[in-house]
Amino acid sequence: MYDGVYSAEVMDHFTNPRNVGEIEGASGVGTVGNAKCGDIMRIFLDIDEDHVIRDVKFKTFGCGAAVASSSMATEMVKGKTIEEALQITNKAVTKALGGLPQVKLHCSLLAEQAIHAALWDYAEKNGVVIEGLKKPKSDIGDHEDH
Amino acid sequence: MNGKIYLDNAATTEMHPDVLEAMLPYFKAQYGNPSSIHGMAKYAREARERARASVAELINAEPKEIYFTSGGTESDNWALKSVAFGNRSKGNHIIVSKIEHHAVMNTCEFLEKNGFEITYIDVDEFGIVDPDDVRKAIRPETTLISVMYANNEIGTIEPISEIGKIAREHGILFHTDAVQAFGHVHIDVKRENIDLLSASAHKLYGPKGAGALYVREGVKLEPLMHGGAQERGTRAGTENVPGIVGMGKAAEIAKRDMDERIAKETELRDHMICRILEEVPFTKLNGHSTRRLSGNVNIAFSFIEGESALMLLNHKGVFVSTGSACASGSLDPSHVLLAIGLKHETAHGSIRFTLSYKTTRGEVDEAVDAVKEAVGRLREMSPLYADHLKIGTNKTEV
Repeated sequence: MYDGVYSAEVMDHFTNPRNVGEIEGASGVGTVGNAKCGDIMRIFLDIDEDHVIRDVKFKTFGCGAAVASSSMATEMVKGKTIEEALQITNKAVTKALGGLPQVKLHCSLLAEQAIHAALWDYAEKNGVVIEGLKKPKSDIGDHEDH
Repeated sequence: MNGKIYLDNAATTEMHPDVLEAMLPYFKAQYGNPSSIHGMAKYAREARERARASVAELINAEPKEIYFTSGGTESDNWALKSVAFGNRSKGNHIIVSKIEHHAVMNTCEFLEKNGFEITYIDVDEFGIVDPDDVRKAIRPETTLISVMYANNEIGTIEPISEIGKIAREHGILFHTDAVQAFGHVHIDVKRENIDLLSASAHKLYGPKGAGALYVREGVKLEPLMHGGAQERGTRAGTENVPGIVGMGKAAEIAKRDMDERIAKETELRDHMICRILEEVPFTKLNGHSTRRLSGNVNIAFSFIEGESALMLLNHKGVFVSTGSACASGSLDPSHVLLAIGLKHETAHGSIRFTLSYKTTRGEVDEAVDAVKEAVGRLREMSPLYADHLKIGTNKTEV
């Protein structure tokens, strides 16, 4: 049924999501989305002194595309430096997932925003400035992007 | 898990084998057009009239009060537009419930654009319309009241005879969308003062593309389709004779088996509801526990989103549906679930299971086991559930 809607990559990341969980004492945590709209994503980052993302975990309330986007985004930032992670856009996540249905594109945007929110949290906690990182909206769940 | 467990019978049903068998001759040897003059028309005409009688009998109507259509949507459109435009000189006000099917809701939206005023009546937490609210909404210019017989999502059966009585007392026409109830509930259009009723064949083990509109004798009916003289000049177009025959057969079987089906489904329904509510924490039954279609189970699962649950169940061969917006591509969750007062996030986490006369206890048990596993898995990855466990309350509550 869903095979016609979602790509094989989405189905794979949905049925077998990578990096589900939480990180105790994470370097940065970001939560975006809105339960009202049906998606909330929370990303936990463990960042070392060289600004490398050593570990990443996520928890997501949402549809299949939201879970798959979270899973793919965490895979893409793992082992990357903060600067490299910032370059990973929702378009890149969507592409890596073999595309998403039009109505689900906001899920990949949510994944990008969740990573940025976690990085922002890290920057604030550690008093560092990350070039090019904007303060995340506390709630992007109103779906202006639809 | 082997095979498929189809629990989406409110969406559509598998045709009964006797229905298919009854239809087949009308695709082949008896392919005549009922409007023709020659001998080939006779059998098609007779078959169509037998079907009309079967459909009428199921709801205690007269055969001449049954008009065949392409399905529930056409019947709803026809009923509302015909009464609205046909009585425009008398008034422009229509009363409907807030939980009508889109076939009624979107027709109302169209009528609003054409100068009609619609009052949408609230329902209570179980989805029940208070007949007194209908009475209070009546104005001198009200020409039609339309309240569904039973809701397609939560299975709530409405107080139709009370509403019918109020409508009749006020001289207002009463339509009911009985697509989910036709053949699943005992309907008596005379006793319940129903003036117009929409029915569909494919929700009752009949074919898709066949439906009917009951119109009480004496109620003026404007055609929706203009053309030939079919259905006594009210519904033009060559009849879908095999579909009509199938609908008649499905109605005939329903008349015969209804009590047995209701008893069996009710037992399985309540077994399923009890198991889920007992074995899965943070769940709630949507709709009423007894004023409910025998095949309908609708549960709100906190902290999870319905489409992802649907996908996991699909993976296990269990086919269900959800009120979540994410499954439909629209922004908002089901208007029905919001109307009964569910929070958006709970509406997103609601799943509908609809049984058929063929559903077995084994299937229900396998489905419940699959639900437990899917819900458990999704909660493990849900930040809402994590928050709930940590602080004992849902801080992202809307």
